[in-house]
Amino acid sequence: MVNFTPVSAAIGGALIGLSSVLLMLFTGRIAGVSGIFDGLINPQTNDRAWRAAFIAGLITAPVIAALVGYTLPMPQMPRNFITIVAGGLLVGFGARLGSGCTSGHGICGVARLSPRSIVATGVFMMTAIVVVALTHHVFGG
Amino acid sequence: MPVLASLICGFVFGWGLTISGMIQPTKVLGFLDVFGISSGAWDPSLAVVMAAGLTVAGIGYKLARRRPPLFEKESLWPAKKEIDRSLLSGAVLFGVGWGLVGLCPGPAVTNLATLSLPVIVFIIAMAIGMLAYDLWLVRAAVPAAPKLAGTTAADG
Repeated sequence: MVNFTPVSAAIGGALIGLSSVLLMLFTGRIAGVSGIFDGLINPQTNDRAWRAAFIAGLITAPVIAALVGYTLPMPQMPRNFITIVAGGLLVGFGARLGSGCTSGHGICGVARLSPRSIVATGVFMMTAIVVVALTHHVFGG
Repeated sequence: MPVLASLICGFVFGWGLTISGMIQPTKVLGFLDVFGISSGAWDPSLAVVMAAGLTVAGIGYKLARRRPPLFEKESLWPAKKEIDRSLLSGAVLFGVGWGLVGLCPGPAVTNLATLSLPVIVFIIAMAIGMLAYDLWLVRAAVPAAPKLAGTTAADG
């Protein structure tokens, strides 16, 4: 397990949990990024200010981290743009159809012990594991 | 005040994603690639992020349940209970996309800070996927279904 970073993972995870709790305590909202982002771009919503602020906070974090000396690696993405576009479409559509993503279901929902979120998290984790096994070991390599 | 609070919460969330390495797609794929368990390349960091996040959120939500929010009139706790076909098929589609690229919405949006072209393309595709669903929901809406329930009462 050469790539395992337990300490930074634990601190980072705790901060993600803390953010979810603070958002609920301050504004009464669930910290689900797909829902927050969708509400920002959906023409039918009328509460864009807090959503835009949350998204701005997300994007500011790595910038400040880089300014205080944290090495910020460039994201390593698939070389094939068809894969990127397909992945984006599926993540966007799937998150809306399933009413949540890794943050809304995986952290906020499972933390509430919501059966819906526990099932959704199990399903998307298992699906992703199968897809990675297929693309990395069966078809690619 | 709610806007400032949201900005701070977004920042803390993004900071957590950044320092835990979860904004690096290959690190996420390193967890999802279970073949790495036998070869020694497996990276359980994502599981530690989840465990720590769930511990803090689990305890914190118990406290938050008891009081109304500071800056809004009411808390919008998700109310849906039933495990239906939409939830399951949505989770499957989401899982396929996540496994293909290694990005989910939080890390994808946070990665906009790097101005990486592939990330920007991913975000645009993700936005189109979301809007396609929203449009489909409006078109398919039956009178009995609450309007845009997906946006207001979603789990996340």
